[in-house]
Amino acid sequence: MAADGGMHAEHGPRFAERAPDALNNPQLRRNFRRAMDGLMAKRAAQFPDPAYWAELRERGAAVKARALAKLPDLLERLESRLTANGVQVHWAETTEEANAIVLGILQQAGARTVIKGKSMVSEEMHLNAHLERHGIEAVESDLGEYIIQLAGETPSHIVMPCIHKNKDEISDLFAEKIPGLERTGDVDELTAAARRVLRERFANADAGISGVNFAVAETGTLVLIENEGNGRLSTTLPPLHIAVTGIEKVVEYLDDIPPLLALLPRSATGQPITTYVNMISGPRKAGEKDGPTAVHLVLLDAGRSRVYQDVELADTLRCIRCAACMNHCPVYTRVGGHTYNAIYPGPIGKILTPQLQGLDAAGDQPHASTLCNACAEVCPVKIPIPDLLVRLRREAVRPTETPATHLPPLYSTVVKDGGAERSWTESLVWAGWRLVYTRPLLYRMVTRALAWGGNWVPADAPLMRDWTKARAKPRFKPRTLHDLARERGYLNEVPK
Amino acid sequence: MSAASNTARANILGRLKAAPGRPGPDLAPWTPPTYTDKLVRFRQMAEANHAEIHDVTAETWPARLATILNNRGVGRLMVAPGTPRGDALLRAAAQGVPLPTLVPYDQPVEVLKDALVHRVDAGLTGTRGAIAETGTLILWPTAEEPRLLSLLPPLHIAVLEEDTLHDTLAAVVRDQGWAAGMPTNALLISGPSKTSDIEQTLAYGVHGPKELIILLIRKGE
Repeated sequence: MAADGGMHAEHGPRFAERAPDALNNPQLRRNFRRAMDGLMAKRAAQFPDPAYWAELRERGAAVKARALAKLPDLLERLESRLTANGVQVHWAETTEEANAIVLGILQQAGARTVIKGKSMVSEEMHLNAHLERHGIEAVESDLGEYIIQLAGETPSHIVMPCIHKNKDEISDLFAEKIPGLERTGDVDELTAAARRVLRERFANADAGISGVNFAVAETGTLVLIENEGNGRLSTTLPPLHIAVTGIEKVVEYLDDIPPLLALLPRSATGQPITTYVNMISGPRKAGEKDGPTAVHLVLLDAGRSRVYQDVELADTLRCIRCAACMNHCPVYTRVGGHTYNAIYPGPIGKILTPQLQGLDAAGDQPHASTLCNACAEVCPVKIPIPDLLVRLRREAVRPTETPATHLPPLYSTVVKDGGAERSWTESLVWAGWRLVYTRPLLYRMVTRALAWGGNWVPADAPLMRDWTKARAKPRFKPRTLHDLARERGYLNEVPK
Repeated sequence: MSAASNTARANILGRLKAAPGRPGPDLAPWTPPTYTDKLVRFRQMAEANHAEIHDVTAETWPARLATILNNRGVGRLMVAPGTPRGDALLRAAAQGVPLPTLVPYDQPVEVLKDALVHRVDAGLTGTRGAIAETGTLILWPTAEEPRLLSLLPPLHIAVLEEDTLHDTLAAVVRDQGWAAGMPTNALLISGPSKTSDIEQTLAYGVHGPKELIILLIRKGE
C-alpha cells in the first residue's frame, strides 16, 4: 500500500456499489472459496469436543471482558510496568498522532530503513505511506504482506493478507519485481526468493516495527504470535523496536495468556499453536548479545475510547483479531475483503469500522450481512456480532443520545455520526406502513388497491425505485391473502 | 514522553474513566488438559509441527549430533559458550568428536551479524522445558544464549530433557511462577519457521530455520 495507499483509502464507493465486481469475478470467487473452505475445516478439526470449546471460549471471553472492565487501570499498570522494564510508552489519540510519534522516534535515531512485522494497527495508521513521505523506507516482511506491498494493494484478510491472490498471480508479480527471478509455479521457490530478498532487508534495517497480540499489565510483557519468524526478526535484529497497538489489547495477568493462546491460532488458521510465541518484556540488558537496545510501545486510541462509552458496543473491543468471523461469513466468502473498502473487513469490520470511522463514512457496512449468526457461533471471545450489527443499523437512523448524566459530555451521540443514514423517504415509508398495518379497514383498502392496480405501477416509480434497484418488483396476485383465507374458511383467531 | 503524548494520555484515560462502570465477570472455570503420557503427546504434536526428534542420552548426545550433522553435510554450527549445552559440545570437539566447525556466539550481534545471517548452517540451544499439549519448546534466551541463535541459522537444534515436559502452557506458567520474573524475551517454539500465505500451501523456512531438530535426553539414561 505504500504505492497507492493515501490517507483515506477506506472512503470511496460503498459496499453495495463494489460488491457486483467481486461477485462477477470468477477467479476471485474461486480463490476465496478454496481458502475459506480450508480454513473452516481446519478450525473445526481443532475443536472436536463441543464441551471443551464452550468452556475455553467462556474463559477467553471472561478474560477479555474483565480486562475491559478495568481498562484505564490496566493501561496505567501496563505503562508503569513497561517503563520499569525499560520500554518507552507513548499515547496517541489519533492515527495521525501515532504516525508522528513513530516518525519522531525513527528520526531521532537517524533510521532510514524499517523492517515491519505484520500489524493491522499500522495498516489503520497507513504508516508505510506516512514514513515514505518522510524519506523512510518501510518493508513488509510477513510473506503475505510483502506480496501485497509489491503489488501496491491492501490486505484482503486480517490474518492472510494476500488470500485473494493465487499462485500464478504471485508468480507473475515476483518475476516482475524481483530482479533475476524466473517465473516459477513452485511455492517453495517463491518462498525462498522472498527469504533471500528479505534477509538482506533484515540485516540492514535501522529499526523494526511490529504490532502486538496481547499486552500483559502484570508483567509489562508484549506477546506476539506468528509462524514465519519475521516477527521475531523484526523485534530482535534491528537496534530499535517500535510496537504499535490499540488500547484494547491489554490483559491483566500473565495467567490470562494461555487460554487466549489456546483460542487464537486454533480459531484463526486451525493450528494448535503458532510456530513462535514471542514474549518481549524489555530492551537488551547489559551483557545480552542481541535484541534491540531501545523498545517503544505506541498505544493508539483512534476511536476505541468512544466505543468503550457504550457498555453493549464495547463488546467489540474484546476482539483478538483471529478472523474466524470472516472465514465463516457467507458474505465475506463471496465478495472478499477488498469489497468492504475498510482496514478490517468481514463481520468484525462491519461492527468496528462504523464505530471507529463513524456512521457517515461506514453506515452501510452493518447492512452487508444476512444476520445468519455464523460469526457469533465461531467467535472465540463470544462477541455478539449480529446483535451489534442490528444495534448499529438502529444507531444509523435513530441514534442514542449521550446520556445527560454522563459528565463531561463527550459526544452528542453514542456512535460517531449517529443518525447519518436517516432518510425522509425511509421514515415516510415506515410511517405509512405503520398506519396501514394498524388499521384493518385501511389495510383492506390498500391491499385491494394493490391487487387491482399494483402491477401497473412502474418498477422505477419514486419510492419503488429504492427497492427495485437490487430486487425484482413483486407481482401482485388479483386476490389478497385475506380473500383466499376467508374463502378456505380459516377462522379469525384474534382473541376477543 | 512528549507533551503531545502526555495530552493524549490524559484525554484517553479521562474518556475511559468517564465511561459508565461495568462489572468485571468472574473468570469461568477452565480445566486445561492433562496427559497420562506427556512424552507420547509431545512426540505426536512436535512431529506434526514438522520437528524431527532424536532420542539421546545425557552422555553421548554430542557424538549422536555429530553423526546427524555430518550426514546432512552441515559445515558450521553456532553454539553458545558458557551454557551447559554449548560447553558440552566445545568439550566434545576438543576430545575429538567429529563435530562440524563450531562457531561461538560470544560477541554482540553487531559484530557477528554477517556470520549469523549468512555463514552458519546450524545453531544449537538448550531449552527450559517443553509443552506436551502443543509439542512446543520453551526457551528463555540469556546473555550467554542469545535470542537469534534459535532464529537465524537455517537449522535449529534444541536439546530437551524428558523430565522437563509439562502438560500445558497454563500449567508451566502457573507452576513455575513466570509472572514473578519474566526475562527480556521468552519464546515458545513449535516446529520450524513456516508460511501458508501462498494458496495455503505449507512452505518451511520462510524467515527462520527451515528445520528443527530436537535432541531428547531420555529420563534415567
